Parts: sequence; structure tokens; C-alpha cells
Amino acid sequence: MARLTAENLQRARQLIGLYPQSRSALIPMLHIAQEQDGWLTADGMAHVAELLDIDPAEVYGTASFYDMFFTHPVGRYLVSVCTNLACLINGADELLQHAEARLGVAPGGTTSDGEFTLEEVECIAFCGAAPCLAVNWRFFGNIGNDDFDRLVEDLVAGRLADDVPPHGTLNRVRRRVGLTAAGGPAPPAAHEDDATPEQARPS
Amino acid sequence: MITDAAPIVTARIGSPQSWTLRSYLEQGGYDGLRKALTMDPSEVSEEVLTANLLGRGGAGFEAGKKWGMLRKAEPVYLVINGDESEPCTFKDHMLMEEDPHQIIEGTLICAYAIGASQAFIYVRGEFALGLERMTAALNEAYAFGAVGRNILGSGFSIDVVVHPGAGAYICGEETALIESLEGKRGYPRDKPPWFPAAMGLYKAPTIVNNVETMSNLPWIVTNGGAAFAGLGVGRSAGTRLFSVAGHVKRPANYEVEMAKVTFRDLMYDPKLGGGIREDRQLKAFVPGGVSAPWFGPDHLDMGLDQDAVGKAGSMLGSGSVVAMDETTCMVRAAWRITRFFHRESCGQCTPCREGGGWLDKIMRRIELGQGRESDLDLLLDVCDNIAPGLGWPPQKTTICVLGPSIPSSIVSGIKMFRDEFLVHIKEGACPFGR
Repeated sequence: MARLTAENLQRARQLIGLYPQSRSALIPMLHIAQEQDGWLTADGMAHVAELLDIDPAEVYGTASFYDMFFTHPVGRYLVSVCTNLACLINGADELLQHAEARLGVAPGGTTSDGEFTLEEVECIAFCGAAPCLAVNWRFFGNIGNDDFDRLVEDLVAGRLADDVPPHGTLNRVRRRVGLTAAGGPAPPAAHEDDATPEQARPS
Repeated sequence: MITDAAPIVTARIGSPQSWTLRSYLEQGGYDGLRKALTMDPSEVSEEVLTANLLGRGGAGFEAGKKWGMLRKAEPVYLVINGDESEPCTFKDHMLMEEDPHQIIEGTLICAYAIGASQAFIYVRGEFALGLERMTAALNEAYAFGAVGRNILGSGFSIDVVVHPGAGAYICGEETALIESLEGKRGYPRDKPPWFPAAMGLYKAPTIVNNVETMSNLPWIVTNGGAAFAGLGVGRSAGTRLFSVAGHVKRPANYEVEMAKVTFRDLMYDPKLGGGIREDRQLKAFVPGGVSAPWFGPDHLDMGLDQDAVGKAGSMLGSGSVVAMDETTCMVRAAWRITRFFHRESCGQCTPCREGGGWLDKIMRRIELGQGRESDLDLLLDVCDNIAPGLGWPPQKTTICVLGPSIPSSIVSGIKMFRDEFLVHIKEGACPFGR
């Protein structure tokens, strides 16, 4: 129930420096807070408000508009099943039903062990592989019932740990060059080399 | 017919590690920027005007003309719209994952042409890999000297920021996107006065352009605007990337020459959609994102021409084509689209916020077998209150075009498949067994 850690505080301050007006950093900062705790805690949002010198209600007001932010705990894995048109006509409603039965929760629900939250989402732009779903926004396509079961087993067994980080972790690549709004880009900071991510898509 | 026009924005996709700087440079990457920096900014704009490049986001406005509408004031901001959320559109998603340097190069060319002081690439929040690839590419581009101070030794300097969204369809609308980029709820702004070119990000003159639009710029600068305008027909110039989905055998993104290639080609050509799965009959298709009114098989031979499709009562919109075969329940399809708009309405304007909810409920009860015969008139009446006259393009009663897009699928459904609606009502059940 946490304020930002020292490391995340530094990341947040760097973000603020990227923009001509600090409030523009709000959504990226909320992603950091959600990465840290898995969801947006009241303390986390209050800390973000403090850093931006705005009211916590303003932070909540923005956060509550966006589907990706959760102001209550969610599972380690957020399973988002698309049921929009291209998926619908390729069996998405049946897939969602199967997912409910397999996980034992309705959309919006979290398994009692806190591992999985199931949600029904609108189009996630992966329609070439309908029906599709995302786990913590890593995409999986052409999912039949057996594929779904295997995916859940793989997640539980930790076999996808490299591809699917815990809920809240979105962008694992850090910007290496900073702070430019006022004075032009700073030289690249010394930094261990980020590997360019391979595609997180098990076949 | 498929023409032999070489792909422009997908030329590198499929090559090994196409998203890396090394791969990009091996295939002519950043040559367009290098050339642009030797030109006068106005000459770059002139090439884009000559190219007839229509915006690839959905509205289809001429990119070059848009740049010319900037209010003369400093600073100027450039915002790249990568918030691709129109259902069944997945082309920008692919471009950001597979060729992020092309987007960055296009962004820099545009920034140079319009004299932007900073550029922001707004990436849809759900695109985790897209965000990672764009960020990694930006790091590489800085190290290479293509972004930052004194770009490629030209004296031109600019910073680029990759900015994540957080899940909201409406943020694809340019003024909502700007609000979101300012750290607020994604509420669209009234136009006028909030035309971004006059008053955009932080009230400064701002250009908002789509990811695919930017991806065309390196080629246009390298090969000249006339070469681009030589592809396609008239105003529908160049190639365009179409997301083909639904009941085709080979759903994917296909880049084809505009106007000369038809909807039939997109869905049936063996190199493109490959035909309807199990060789079933096509019942109807979405020609340009779910905001677009549907077409029936009688429109298959229409070219992918923005103006022709507009005149026929729909739009190429976001470039997504969804085939629905004979097994599709059109009530359920229209309901699903209606529910989407209802959920994604930002809630500012009453016709959209309330009307969308009513339409969702009425469509739901028809699909579940609880509809009444008077429901069809009621649906059309509510639609008419959101978009008076139910014409095309729709008349607006709301700040943005989300509201007036809600009637599209319902009006299409009732017009083309009235009997199917009536069977749901008379039999008290979905005839497709839902």
C-alpha cells in the first residue's frame, strides 16, 4: 500500500522532465505505480499527486477514466478476452464461457488464490488471430478451449515468466536519454544495454 | 486485380529483426530523413502535398493540407496517433511492433517540415510490445544521432517522447488524445475553437497525424511526391494498409494500391484474404471499421477509393474490412458493435451517453428473443435523435463523431436484414441458436 519506492520515484521524476508541462507525466507515472503494486493504491496515487502538485482527486479522476487502471487489487495475471466483432464471429463468446468455467470466475472476478483476474474487453487489435486474448497485455491468438487450458497451465507453472511479467508491468524497456523539454536532449546516460525485446508470442 | 505496386510501409516487414536499427539501416533506413534535412522545410511540405497523402487514421484528411493550416505561433507540437482502437483494425499495431524506426523517421521528417519543437508518439496502452519496440527504437535512434541535438549534423534538433495511453477508445479522437496527453480524462474538445492546428496541446498549434501516415513519409521524400501520387487513382493516391478480418481464410494486414484494388480482391484474392472460410457465401462486410455502415456483396467490385466509398454511403475509415459469412447473426453483430460504442462513450454529450445505452438495451432484448415489433421503429427513432436524418456522413449532435457512429450498424442491419430482426422478435429467439 505503497508510496513509490526510491527507484520508482526517480523514474517518475525523469518522466516529469520529459514534458513541457508536468501533468502530462500523470498517466505514465500511474503505469509505474501500477507496475509496483499490481494495482493503483490510494497511497500510490497520493504520492503521484504530491509529485505533480495536484489534488489526489485529480489523479483519481484521470485514473478512473481509463480501463487499464485498477483501483482495487487484481490477479497476478489479468486475462482479457476480446469479444468484439472479429472475435465474436470466430467464437469469442464460447471462449469467454470456457474461460469462466476453467477459472471459476465471471468477468471482473479474481480467483481465490489471487492468481487470475478474468475480464471481457473490447477489440485489442489482434484480429488477424481471432479469437484472441491478452494476459497482462501480452497477446495470444487463435485460442481454442484446449489452447486456453494449456495457457493457464503454462502460466501457473511459470513457463511463460519471461514473456508475461506480473500485472502492471507494461513497458520493460527504459528510455535511456532524458530530459529535454527545457534545454534539448541530454547526452545518453551510461546504462546497461537493453536487449530489444523478442516478440512475446508463444506459438 | 492486385497491381504490381511495391509495398511502401510494409516493405521491411518480415525481414529478420525488422524492428532493429541495424535491419532498418541495411534497407535504406533514415535516407529519407537525410534527404529531407538538405531541403527547405517548405519543400518537404510541398512534396507531401503533391503526394496527395490522405491521413490514414480514419478521417482521411489530406496530410499536407493539414500541415498548412497551422496557426503561426511558437511553439508548435507534433503528436503521432498510435492509439489504434477502432474495432477490427490492427495495422498500426503491426507497424509499431515490426517497423518502429520507419515511424520515428516519418515523425522527424514531419517535425522538420512543420517546425515542431517536440514530438510525442502516443501508443495505445494495451500495446505492451509496441511500447517496448518503439522505446527501444527511440533509444537506438538517439544513439545513432537521428533524434536529439543536431540531427545527422544538420543543425536541426528535436526531442521525441513515446507516451503510453491507458485504455480508452475515445483517445483515438485527436482532441481527446491531446487531453489525455495533458494528463486528463479523454474528453473530446469542441471544434471550433479547439482545432488542434490552431489550439492543440497546451493551447499551442499542434499537428496530430496517424502512425501509418508518418510511415509513408520516408518513401515520399526519397522517391518524390509525384511517384506516390502516381499510384492509386486521383485523390486516393498511393498504397494503403488494410486490416482484413472476420470470416476470410487468411485474415491479415495487406498493403495494396488504392482505388485500383477492390473489396473483392481484398477478401477473395488467393494472395490476400483468400476467400470466405469453408467457401461459404458472404453475407455482408464492414468496409472501414465498425463505425462504417455495412456493405452487401453487391459492393464487392467497388475500388478502395475514399471518395467512391463515401458516395456509396460508407467509408474506408480506419482501413479495416470485416467479412461476415452466411452463418453470422446480424442482430448479434450489430448489438456487439452498439454495446462497444455505449461502453466507450466518454459521457459528455447526452445523445451519445443516453442514446447509446438505450440502443444497447433494445438490441440486447431483440437478440435474446424479448424484442417487440415496435422496437425497429424505436431503434431508428433513437438513432435519428443521435444523427438526425440518418444520412451519410452523419449529422452531428455531439462534440465528436463517436455518437453519430453508433447508428451505423443498427441502420445497416435493419435496412439490409429487416427480416432477420423480425424473426428474432416473432420467434422469441435467435434463429442462429444463440
